[in-house]
Amino acid sequence: MGGRVVRTEARLGFILLLTPLVLWLSLLIVIPHIDMFLVSLRERVGVRQYQTSLANYMTFLGEPLYLWTFLRTAVMSVLATAITLLIAFPVSYYIAKMVKGRLQAALFLLCLVPFWVSELVRTFGWMILLRETGVFSNLLQWAGLVDGPVEMLYNDAAIMVGLVYTSMLFMVVPLVTTLESLDDSVIEAGYDLGGSGPSILREIVIPHAMPGIVSGSIVVFMLSLGNYLTPRILGGKDSLWFTELIYSQFIVRFNWELGAAFGFMLLFLSSAIVWAVLRMTGQTLEKTMG
Amino acid sequence: MTPDLECTSLTKQFGETTAVQDVSFSVQPGSFFSILGPSGCGKTTIMRMIAGFLEPTSGDILIKGNSVLDVAPNKRPVNMVFQHLALFPMMNIADNIGYGLRRAGLPRAEITRKVGEVLERIGLPDVGQRKVDELSGGQKQRIAIARCMVLEPDVLLLDEPLGALDLKLREHMKIELKALQAAFDTTFVYITHDQSEALVMSDQIAVMNEGRFEQLGTARELYYRPQTSFVAGFVGDANRWTGKIERVDGEELEMRTDSGLLMKGARHGRALSAGDQAEVFVRPEAIKLAKNSGDLAAFDNQITGTVQNVLFNGAASRIMVHAANGAGQIEVALPQSGEFSHTAKGEEVHIGWTAEQGNCFAWGGV
Repeated sequence: MGGRVVRTEARLGFILLLTPLVLWLSLLIVIPHIDMFLVSLRERVGVRQYQTSLANYMTFLGEPLYLWTFLRTAVMSVLATAITLLIAFPVSYYIAKMVKGRLQAALFLLCLVPFWVSELVRTFGWMILLRETGVFSNLLQWAGLVDGPVEMLYNDAAIMVGLVYTSMLFMVVPLVTTLESLDDSVIEAGYDLGGSGPSILREIVIPHAMPGIVSGSIVVFMLSLGNYLTPRILGGKDSLWFTELIYSQFIVRFNWELGAAFGFMLLFLSSAIVWAVLRMTGQTLEKTMG
Repeated sequence: MTPDLECTSLTKQFGETTAVQDVSFSVQPGSFFSILGPSGCGKTTIMRMIAGFLEPTSGDILIKGNSVLDVAPNKRPVNMVFQHLALFPMMNIADNIGYGLRRAGLPRAEITRKVGEVLERIGLPDVGQRKVDELSGGQKQRIAIARCMVLEPDVLLLDEPLGALDLKLREHMKIELKALQAAFDTTFVYITHDQSEALVMSDQIAVMNEGRFEQLGTARELYYRPQTSFVAGFVGDANRWTGKIERVDGEELEMRTDSGLLMKGARHGRALSAGDQAEVFVRPEAIKLAKNSGDLAAFDNQITGTVQNVLFNGAASRIMVHAANGAGQIEVALPQSGEFSHTAKGEEVHIGWTAEQGNCFAWGGV
């Protein structure tokens, strides 16, 4: 009897704990996606008349601008992830291994500081720096390096700067965590056995940090791919981002069917690239997220 | 013969604190040298200086007669077995052992051959493809040693490598380490806070305290002839009394303890004279236990007391005797001949020891 009561109580607790998660997942993720998928398969044949078809996906595949933007967004996101990793790795190594105590905490906090202001304000910060009458332009003119004002906004490089800046923290946090778990004596053992700096980095530090590198890269990649604000504000008319296409279909053109199809293509793209990266690095989701 | 390792006036300061102070020693080729001391005595600092991870403030380190102060840790002919072994978890066993050989640029075939040989030698020929965490504690220990020995270093440094093992395995590894050292015929420098590890394995032991060497000698010398009171108290167990010297006669002396008891002891060549504050150490196993006082006629110190406690611990059993004459509580080893196996609490016993067994030292009075 007693045992059964305990088991029922434990079960009740389990259900209570699980409910918010299930509600969250089903209401905000599963149900909208199912609906989106159904919408994406609808083809409008007349006023309030629809039929099920793959027409929206066909439109996507048939229009070079859509495909081109799709590809460009993917390549730029991969590039942004790679640049973020290259910058974040030495920073994380320094924070995790070279400094100790208060300085370590202070440096970690400094990485967090940019996130105290909203993304919009941060992006406007870059505009103040990069625009024609901005800080950098004036500085270059003052130094006599250029004759007239330089426009550094509204191109791919500006988008890249904005994306990398926005993503830094999401790469630094998992990297610092995994690098901190690497015992100092393992690195010392590497030196003791005749290893040099680069070989220890290649054979000991990077393999150890691999789960952190992969999980950081996945997060940064997803954030870049799904970013709307940064490409919209810093990018020019030639720097179209795929999210901008989705926005324009939903909001500007009221073509929810095509917008939904675009949304699914983006989901498919990010899943495919993450899967490919996991396969290439020999990691699993459990390993990188645990 | 040139010693494999020689340290001269080695000193290391961290800011204001002196971790190692004017330490000099040399280690003969093929010998097992231990540095024994409590934690924080500076022994790890010495080891890290030899390995090259710390730079001495002053003094010199010579390996096979050549100073290595300007040699980076990855170029020194010494290797180190770390306290927690520091095996590379991202590699399998064969790659772990082959790491140093790969770094030395050996051809692949030779690396495979050497790794196979050393695995054979440590008695684990089939573990090459296993992962580090698939091995037991004792096996990892042997892999860590093999990983260093495959590079044929002049000196192997071991930093308390048995600390993480359980008691039974530790006892076993002590014997095995000694056997491995003999098999590889390499100079081992071993640091530990565990005296039994040092006593069992070493040819030479340096007892270290507060950055200095207290005494350097064989296990026997440290145990039977401690030169300082720290060594007498740290190596082995001892009953200790403090008091004042009353009379010195050659090597023998008489000391009045603080509780007023007269004890006979020996100075074993140390400068002690009447009136000095002193302390005397008597080992529990140096005390003779008897049923009646007549059996103890040959002993200089004789005390009668009651058994206050029996600390049964197999071969290392002790009894605590409460002395009738105010000598306090005395720890006495229980002879294993069977005669005293039924000694019980409250029983009256007689104990005695010769003056020679009472090691006397001058005492600052703390």
